[in-house]
Amino acid sequence: MNQESTSQEMIFKRFERFWHWSQALLIFTLIGTGFEIHGSYSLLSFATAVEVHTFAAWALIVLWVFAIFWHLTTGEWKHYLPTSKGLFAVAYYYAVGAFKGEDHPYKKTTNAKHNPLQRLAYLGFKLLISPVIWVSGMLYLFYSDWPAALADVLSLQSVAYVHTAAAFAMMVFIIGHVYMTTLGKTVFSHIKPMITGYEEPEKQESQAKDS
Amino acid sequence: MKTFTPSLLLRLLALLLLTLFLVGNLQAADKPSQTTADHSKFKVLQGEFKTAPEVTEACLSCHTEAASQVKKTTHWTWLYDHEETGQQLGKSKVMNSFCGMVVTNEPRCTSCHIGYGWKDMNQPPPEADSAVDCLVCHDTTGGYKKFPVLSGLPTEIPREWPKGSGKMVLPPDLTEIAQHVGASNRATCGSCHFYGGGGDGVKHGDLDSSLHNPKASLDVHMAADGLNFSCSECHSTWGHDVAGSRYQVNAKDTQGVVNPGHGKVKAASCESCHNNDPHPQAKLNQHSEKIACQSCHIPEYARGGVATKMWWDWSTAGRLTEEGKQINQKDEQGRLVYSSQKGDFGYGENVVPTYAWFNGTVEYTQIEDEFDVSKPPLGVNRIQGSAGDPDSRIWPFKVMRGKQPYDTKHNTLLATHVFGADDTSFWKNFDWHKALQEASDKTGFAFSGEYDFIETTMHWPITHMVPSADQALECAACHSADSRLAGLPGIYMPGHDSNVWLDRLGWLAVFLTLAGVVVHRVALSISKRINQA
Repeated sequence: MNQESTSQEMIFKRFERFWHWSQALLIFTLIGTGFEIHGSYSLLSFATAVEVHTFAAWALIVLWVFAIFWHLTTGEWKHYLPTSKGLFAVAYYYAVGAFKGEDHPYKKTTNAKHNPLQRLAYLGFKLLISPVIWVSGMLYLFYSDWPAALADVLSLQSVAYVHTAAAFAMMVFIIGHVYMTTLGKTVFSHIKPMITGYEEPEKQESQAKDS
Repeated sequence: MKTFTPSLLLRLLALLLLTLFLVGNLQAADKPSQTTADHSKFKVLQGEFKTAPEVTEACLSCHTEAASQVKKTTHWTWLYDHEETGQQLGKSKVMNSFCGMVVTNEPRCTSCHIGYGWKDMNQPPPEADSAVDCLVCHDTTGGYKKFPVLSGLPTEIPREWPKGSGKMVLPPDLTEIAQHVGASNRATCGSCHFYGGGGDGVKHGDLDSSLHNPKASLDVHMAADGLNFSCSECHSTWGHDVAGSRYQVNAKDTQGVVNPGHGKVKAASCESCHNNDPHPQAKLNQHSEKIACQSCHIPEYARGGVATKMWWDWSTAGRLTEEGKQINQKDEQGRLVYSSQKGDFGYGENVVPTYAWFNGTVEYTQIEDEFDVSKPPLGVNRIQGSAGDPDSRIWPFKVMRGKQPYDTKHNTLLATHVFGADDTSFWKNFDWHKALQEASDKTGFAFSGEYDFIETTMHWPITHMVPSADQALECAACHSADSRLAGLPGIYMPGHDSNVWLDRLGWLAVFLTLAGVVVHRVALSISKRINQA
């Protein structure tokens, strides 16, 4: 099996996997501390929550800077270009086909590792939720340094509302995203490549079932 | 001859250690004192002093400019011309919600004047240089006491005080005191400022006799076994002019640390020593833009075991027993809660301050000011400031409440003649009409003859009793559901403020997504079984 795997091309590169999992860890930390700061519960104490939240935010920003650079230089950004081709088929599969025992209509390749629905969801994550959280978070963090012109048109309250709304959107994304990863042949068959980098060989169905 | 037994050796060793310890202590005591003058060596101070003004004359024979300096200060004039409001304030002019006004009660109230013999508020203080009281600030023996009812003079004969208590107050040893004068200290300043409002801790809430020898947990700056600051360490003086004012507070000091040599040193702000960014955490420093240091660093006031007065209801005063005798009721802690002379009292210890936006300017309802009686409580003083004002910060206050007499026709506060052995003073005759009429006659402030009592408030900024930093408030004291700053306008506090609809919609979206996921999963399992069957 090992031999067969190495003969395959790597789908998720080492940096990509590092980026994905450290981002996941940071986002969970940010949600946990963020909602404590929001006043939803009391766990670490406000001061510690703020400290951890701020540190994790900076770490995530650094990670994003590297990730953006990586996407641009490797051309990996192309995986997030939206396409309508096959979008309906995938949506139809999750809504209807899966219940009829049909096969997933999309086959992952190294040239296109995300299905059209994934592309759309991840693009929304990258171009909508993340930037809103990022920008509102920086405004929040540097509230005391706002230039007068900005303070005239923007209030901390509105920034806080936007930041909170984006956090809710992030949670919705994560719930959907995590659930979708369990919808492979087995619960972990989609998660495994994100760890090892390699897709289970499609044809070796019997082996996959054994494992 | 004795032999050296082990026990004898041990005793010798103990003796040696004790001697070393004593010698060490003596050496510490022999440290040269800071001052260059030993006042006990001055010829002019070696005679007998019959009266306190004689001591002042002796002081002035060397300190030639001292009296004229003192006479320029608010400590002397009891006048304060407010640059922001244009009001003329000062102890001789303002009303407060404790004893009312000085006027017509002089010999009692002027026992805290920095002079001798001011008996009429309608006149300026006495002119003679010898009427300046040097000793009340410069006594280091603790033996000097201004007698409570002698217009600022100490007694020259043994007198009973309080009247009927059987306790005798002896005349102070003026020669001994004069020979041991020195810089002012917590005890001298405290002899008046700890007892404002008629008793220990009554008025301020953050100034009382517990600051004589406080622990660092009560006041880190004045801690007797720590920094041991005297008041003037912060309230720095220049030619007897003392820094700091309660009428115009330095509510936001943007100047920061004041270095000697940069002109007139006016300290009396936290920033003048600690600068504007004393915290290692940037976020805390940013708070100082909008939050006064005192708001976090004085978690509660009246923490030294001395209660402060929070409520004073004059409207109930004057009740007597059936035999016509005065009533004095005390609570289980021995605090006076009702007296025929003064009415009902309420107290507070370890009190959480009230917080408000404050730019330092304090405005007064003066006795001639007409006010709107339809909206009590009436602010005897009113603090200025708002969230939008860049000069304002959130400050802690003691809010004094009570009820005071006012003229129901003129809608003005009324001066009250309470003290005096005459047939009009309230404390002797218990007749409001007489007391109010007498005060009006003596002062010229109108009194229609009709009066009632109105609820009043007064704001006292809290700035003393700063404990060591580890006792400062936790973030959650404000950043939480039951925030100390709840209801304060113009702020969004994470952890306290949120949009209830945004939260409802957000959690609904999260819940619906979770529910959708569960339903999808369950449906998938069921359909799988059906498909397999």
